Amino acid sequence: MKKQSVAPSLKFDTKWSYAPAPESADHIQLKSQYELFINGKFVVPSSGKYFDTINPATEKKIALVADANAADVDKAVKAARSAYDKTWSKMPAAERGKYLFRIARILQEKAREIAIIESIDGGKPIRESRDMDIPLAAAHFFYYAGWADKMEYAFPGRTVKPLGVAGQIIPWNFPLLMAAWKIAPALAAGNTVVLKPAETTPLTALKLAEIFQEADLPPGVVNIITGAGATGAAIVNHPGIDKIAFTGSTDVGKIIQKALAGTDKKYTLELGGKAANIIFEDAAIDQAVEGIVNGIFFNQGHVCCAGSRLFVQENIADLVLRKLKDRIETLIVGDPLDKNTDIGAINSKEQLNKIKSLVKAGINEGGECWQSSCAVPSKGYWYRPTLFTKVAQSSSIVQKEIFGPVLAIQTFRTVEEVIEKANNTPFGLSGGIWTDKGSKIFKVSSKLRAGVIWANTYNKFDPTSPFGGYKESGMGREGGLHGLQPYIDFN
Amino acid sequence: METKIKKTLAASNGNGITKPHIETVSRIDVRKTYKLYIDGKFPRTESGRFSPLKDMQGNTIANICRASRKDLRDAIVSNRKVQEDWSKRSAYNKAQIIYRIAETLEGRKAQFIDVLVQQGYTSAIAKNEVNASIDLLVYYAGWSDKYIQIFSTVNPVESAHFNFSYPEPTGIVTILAPQADALLGIISHVAPVIIGGNTCTLVAADKFPLTAIDFAEVLHASDLPGGVINILTGNRKEFIGHASSHMDVNAIVFSDLDPSDKKIVQVNSALNVKRAVDYSKEPVMSPYRILSCQEIKTTWHPMGI
Repeated sequence: MKKQSVAPSLKFDTKWSYAPAPESADHIQLKSQYELFINGKFVVPSSGKYFDTINPATEKKIALVADANAADVDKAVKAARSAYDKTWSKMPAAERGKYLFRIARILQEKAREIAIIESIDGGKPIRESRDMDIPLAAAHFFYYAGWADKMEYAFPGRTVKPLGVAGQIIPWNFPLLMAAWKIAPALAAGNTVVLKPAETTPLTALKLAEIFQEADLPPGVVNIITGAGATGAAIVNHPGIDKIAFTGSTDVGKIIQKALAGTDKKYTLELGGKAANIIFEDAAIDQAVEGIVNGIFFNQGHVCCAGSRLFVQENIADLVLRKLKDRIETLIVGDPLDKNTDIGAINSKEQLNKIKSLVKAGINEGGECWQSSCAVPSKGYWYRPTLFTKVAQSSSIVQKEIFGPVLAIQTFRTVEEVIEKANNTPFGLSGGIWTDKGSKIFKVSSKLRAGVIWANTYNKFDPTSPFGGYKESGMGREGGLHGLQPYIDFN
Repeated sequence: METKIKKTLAASNGNGITKPHIETVSRIDVRKTYKLYIDGKFPRTESGRFSPLKDMQGNTIANICRASRKDLRDAIVSNRKVQEDWSKRSAYNKAQIIYRIAETLEGRKAQFIDVLVQQGYTSAIAKNEVNASIDLLVYYAGWSDKYIQIFSTVNPVESAHFNFSYPEPTGIVTILAPQADALLGIISHVAPVIIGGNTCTLVAADKFPLTAIDFAEVLHASDLPGGVINILTGNRKEFIGHASSHMDVNAIVFSDLDPSDKKIVQVNSALNVKRAVDYSKEPVMSPYRILSCQEIKTTWHPMGI
């Protein structure tokens, strides 16, 4: 790919560089082979099959992980049902809550070890797994723990009951955090769980299973089974499941929604996005540039709510673009375990190929592509931070979710124009607004058809804050009071 | 119709208003043409198709428009055109408009009772249903400026941000009116949808097109903007696929589909992640009916300078 010449306002030709600052990984405890976590025990899969989970930064195998087939799924669902009937639904709610508090505490204690494993297995910078993924996961358990014995205050006029067994399928971009988002509200509301982590990032969910054992969580309350799409399909189609919670692509979400047609299973879907990040002329530009960088390059852009479409008001476009390129030139791509790393490894070879092919399509369609000149390691899966200009609303780079560090930049003149452009997508997960004018924030935020709006900030998450999409970005909310609703029976 | 008119005239005559000679003259009644209600207008179906509607004695009362898929598309275009304007109206204004529909309906109670009787209701049941329908409109009018309060939260996030979540309308909703409860069935499905700022297209029950179109006249005489509620009549079964597969529809509401039709709706809904909402699981009077066609929006803003 040809790199465009750009006149930098900052000099990067000095010899200053960061010395390596790797997080030491000598204290982590990983097994060479992981079994399925069913009914409180690690059991051999009836398939007898295992797959490798690899470190995307080194392409080296970390461990073997069991591949659950339909018989294993059935075993897990039966364990969850039995735990629901005999233990979990009978237990006083306050006691359920105490288990969740206990899990949150153990997660805090083991945060460092789990952060390292998260970065090794998934490729995300240790700075993010250490400061965000793991603390937030613990906070989620802590938040929902407190709801367990207060459910009668959550939904006015209603007596609430749990649904039963929840089948939960989670993606590879925030492996432990997504497990916490799914498991914590389900358990607080009194359900039991069968959870499948993504096949490229199963390790922290399996570490979480060890924490459940350590917390003496009754057997079967949470079952964690590993595998790929076929395992997920077996969960979705299992008649013993009362509720499906899925986070992943819109394409798979639609398949699941269709598969659930004609059943009584409830479902929530947290699907793809193509968020507009809008910067107005009256924004604090340097802050906005930080927000744009965080919006798209956080977690290598493997974020469903990534601010992957930047809309810049025309009169500040040149300035913003120059500052953005300067800032991107300073980003460090490399070893996820290095504390200075800004952008880690792309999660898998498959995802890297997908990013490459979408970028290629963007160039073929006439988009202008610019990439950081940063060095990347020779081994592993890497992708340089990438910008696209001269793209149209119809360009694939603007319409398709890339799930990588690729930002499409467009300009606009009026508020009405940018609202129309921002909403011109089947997605509706999130959006960003940068302006110093409060009334403009309220006008634009109320008109963006998206579930999470970040104004003068981006990519912030909290257990108390509901998250989820409009339109084809899914349905239902996770987090906060609204995140309890998918796990209760009103009727 | 003829006998009824005579009865009315006889009653009126008792008050001394009507001239006596009219009573004895055999009169040709003026029959009403029933059309669709789209975008605040009463067009015929573009398809030119009709179905005769019979009364309990087997006499044809009216030729009902058998709406087509194209009529549905026109209706959705009209829904989309006005949805934002409708949702941005103040809660107070929306409440007053729904209340106004109740007022207008109250004034036409006798007409609705007559038509229900004509469609097979006993007069006592007809009266009860019309009363209950009016009261239900008043009930939902009252929710307009309250459901947002009870379903919203300010979220105490750990970081220095102000964070709040509140419901917004899902957008465009197609409604398959139930085949029972001619008037109450319409209002119990339409009122919670539109009070929440959505616009909708209702496919009337096969048996009760008259009530649906008479209700459209009530809407027309209220202050409801055209296109907020569109009403199609015809063969509901024909619309189960169309109403659930339209790509610019955000939700579909139903309550009495048989399992195979329900499955069709749910399968089609997956085309654009449509919300398929079964109202049979919610009581008729419930803010959770409103909530089921709402999306929760969460907004973050830093606190500090």
